[in-house]
Parts: sequence; structure tokens; C-alpha cells
Amino acid sequence: MIRHAFLVCLMFAASLAPAARAAELPSLAEAAGRYAISSGSIIAFRVDQVGGGGIRGRFGKFSGTFNLKAGDLAHSTVNFDLKPESVSTGQDRVDAFLRSGAVFDSGHFDTISFRSDRVEQTGQDSARITGTLTAKGRSASESFDVKLTAWSGRRIAFNVSGRIFRSRYAMDVGTPIYSNVVQFDMTIEGRRG
Amino acid sequence: MRRPVHRFDLLTIILHWLIAILILGLIALGVVMTRPSIDPVLQFSLFQWHKSLGMLALLFAVVRFVYSVIWVRVRPVGGMKPFEHLLAKITHGILLALTILVPLAGWLIASVSPLEIPTFAFNLIVVPHLPVPKSDAAEIWWVTAHAVLAYSTLALVFLHSSASLYHHYWRRDDVLTRMLNRERRLIEPSAKEPTS
Ligand code: HEM
Ligand code: HEM
Repeated sequence: MIRHAFLVCLMFAASLAPAARAAELPSLAEAAGRYAISSGSIIAFRVDQVGGGGIRGRFGKFSGTFNLKAGDLAHSTVNFDLKPESVSTGQDRVDAFLRSGAVFDSGHFDTISFRSDRVEQTGQDSARITGTLTAKGRSASESFDVKLTAWSGRRIAFNVSGRIFRSRYAMDVGTPIYSNVVQFDMTIEGRRG
Repeated sequence: MRRPVHRFDLLTIILHWLIAILILGLIALGVVMTRPSIDPVLQFSLFQWHKSLGMLALLFAVVRFVYSVIWVRVRPVGGMKPFEHLLAKITHGILLALTILVPLAGWLIASVSPLEIPTFAFNLIVVPHLPVPKSDAAEIWWVTAHAVLAYSTLALVFLHSSASLYHHYWRRDDVLTRMLNRERRLIEPSAKEPTS
């Protein structure tokens, strides 16, 4: 009896799921507009280390905007700045090392910036953004994969992931003990501005 | 097994000097790399070199320890008083123990540190951390223990090598030469004063 009720629930949930999913996807026209990246966003990263594990951290201070263009997604733009001194890994000594001249040199280079150059749609709810990342006085072209995760009219959220080579920014101290690749896994939340 | 002989075998001699060079180098490296003013990139790299070479020293020291205990027993060089021989034996025993304890304490620093920085010896082999609880307090304790043991080793090595130089230049006996060379150069213990 209980089992039967459970099955019915499951089937009901299953039948609802695709509808809920479709409802979540706004049309581009609906979503078009300018957004400010809110402080509810999470800028998390990970650097693997040999033998397993690694360093996980976040940046607490950042700001940015994006502009979704209706009918012209490719010309949508993203500007993002973060303050490397706001890094936190849960280990004060690691944070101090990351801020030092060995890595970010945040005393001399207080901002890491990303300016998009182009956006390609890669799926119904996903895109790839390519742009210029500038850190520690060096610039390189980088790409991030973006996936829509939430939409509520005023608020839009994406999961943004990307792999950045530290060596391009003279930050490759500690390789090969620590991977040269920084894996970003971010939640970017925009509010209509 | 431990047949008393008059000279050291080649393995004992090679290990003695290899370990001596490694340890003196590691102490110098330890001093330089912990200077507060050091560039952090250089510091990171020197720490890793220190850990790699330290692990190598530990490996050699364990081999040498086992080998010394089961195999090496040399007769005192002629002309040594029993208490001199006893003193030398005690010093050698402590040195033998320190060559293992110092790198072991270093390994414990790496193992108890909450930073969990891997020991990737020569970027080739991951040396696992010892299974010990991690804390900042334990790290500070082992850093101190490692430093005290290392500098005590240095002090003892100073005595030990001064003694060998004393034997060589004042007593003019075979103490130093038999650790340098397998062929016994029979400089007879001098009853006579050294001519100088
Ligand atoms: C015979 C081998 C070794 C010798 C003679 C040696 C000697 C030293 C010395 C003299 C210092 C500086 C101490 C100070 O002034 O504070 C030092 C620091 C250090 N050693 Fe070693 N060491 C040896 C092996 C190792 C090994 C095997 C490891 C780790 C795998 C290690 C890890 C360290 C670390 C992490 C420090 C820095 C401690 C700090 O944070 O200040 N050492 N060592
Ligand atoms: C870290 C440095 C050193 C350590 C740990 C060390 C340790 C030892 C030990 C344990 C022995 C006993 C024989 C054995 O079991 O191998 C020994 C013998 C000897 N060491 Fe060293 N030693 C060091 C550096 C030196 C230096 C710098 C000199 C000379 C300048 C020296 C000269 C000798 C001599 C001559 C002997 C032979 C003593 C005999 O004939 O009984 N050692 N050393």
C-alpha cells in the first residue's frame, strides 16, 4: 500500500519535471537586459595537488555586469573584476602566500579582470564566453562555460566553469606539486540593474 | 657477524661521507630557507629541495644504521685509551641516532602540518605523510624539535670532526685516514711528539 502510493508520487513527479524545466528557461527576449553581478554569487576555485586533495578557495570581493542582447547573443557582454586580496582558503598561511608576490601580488595588482570578446551559444541553456583575462599585469584569452541554472524575471543565475593555466599569469609557483590548472566553479547571480 | 677489523669497508666510508655532506648541506639550506626576508617563490622551492634531500638522507641513514649495527665493528686505532674509545663510541652512537631522528622530525613537520603540502621527493615520488593528527600546535612543536635536533647534530659534528682533525694533526694516528681510505696507511701512533 505504502509502496503503491510512493510509486504514484514518483510518476507524478516525473511527469511534472520536464514541464518545470521548460518553464525555467526564459526566451532570450524575456531575459534580455543589463544585469549587475550580485554579492550572492560564489567565486570558488580549486587547485589539485599530487597524491590527491588540493587547495579550495573563494574570492569574497568582486563586481561586474553583463548585458544579454535579445536576438544577438553573440554580442552579449560580460565585465567582471575581482579583488585577489579577498581570497580565502580556510588557511591564513595559504591566503597570505596567495596574496604575496609569489602568486597574485595583490599589493601591486589589486584587480583581476575579465572582459568578454564573444559569446557562442552551445545548447538550449548553455554558452561559451571567450574574453581577455588580466591578472598580475598579464593578459590572455580564456573561455568559460556557462549554464543557466535559475531564472525568475528579475534574477538570473548561471553556473560558470573554466580551467585557467597559472603559468600564463606568472603564478605557477609550486608546480608540479600543485597543478598548473586552476579550476573555477562559480555561481554567478545577476540582478536587473 | 660483527668481526672486529682494523679498517672500514667501502660501504661504510661512502655512506659516512655521503650522509655527512647531505646533513651539512641540509642544515645550511634549513638556515637559508627559513630567513624571514626570503622571496616566497624561492622559499617554496628551497623547502621542497630540503624535503627531497632530507628524505634521501633518511634513506641512507637507515641503511647505514642497520648496516652499522649488524656489521661494522672496527678496533680502536692503536694508542687510544679505553675512555677515548668509549667517548668516540658514545658520540658515534648519538650521531647515528640523530641522523635518523632529525629527518624523522622533519617528516613529522610535513605530516602534522594542516597545510598538507605533499612531500614529492625530487618531483618523482610522493612520500606519504605519517599517520598523525594535524594541528598548528603540533606543527610548531615539531618545527622546534627538528631545529633543536638539527643544531645539536651540528654541535656534535663540530666536536666529532674536531676530534678527527686532532687525531690526524696532533696524534698523527690513523683515525681520519681510515675513514678516508680503505688502504691502511700505517702511520704508527706517535709516542714521539709531532715534528713541527
Ligand atoms: C638530515 C636531514 C635534515 C636536516 C639536517 C635538516 C635540518 C634543518 C634545519 C637546520 C632547519 C632550519 C631550522 C630553523 O632554523 O628553524 C630545517 C627546517 C625544516 N626542515 Fe629540515 N632537515 C632535515 C630533514 C628534513 C626532512 C626529511 C623534512 C621533511 C620531509 C624536513 C623539513 C623541514 C621543514 C618543513 C623545515 C622548516 C621548518 C619551519 O617551518 O621553520 N627536514 N631543517
Ligand atoms: C653530519 C656529519 C657526520 C656524521 C653524522 C658522522 C657520523 C659518524 C659516525 C656514526 C661514525 C662511526 C662510524 C660509522 O658507523 O659510520 C663516524 C666516524 C668517523 N667520522 Fe664522522 N660524521 C660526520 C661528519 C664527519 C666529519 C665532517 C669528519 C671529519 C672532518 C668526520 C670524521 C670521522 C672519522 C675520522 C670517523 C672514524 C672514526 C674511527 O676511526 O673510529 N665525520 N662518523
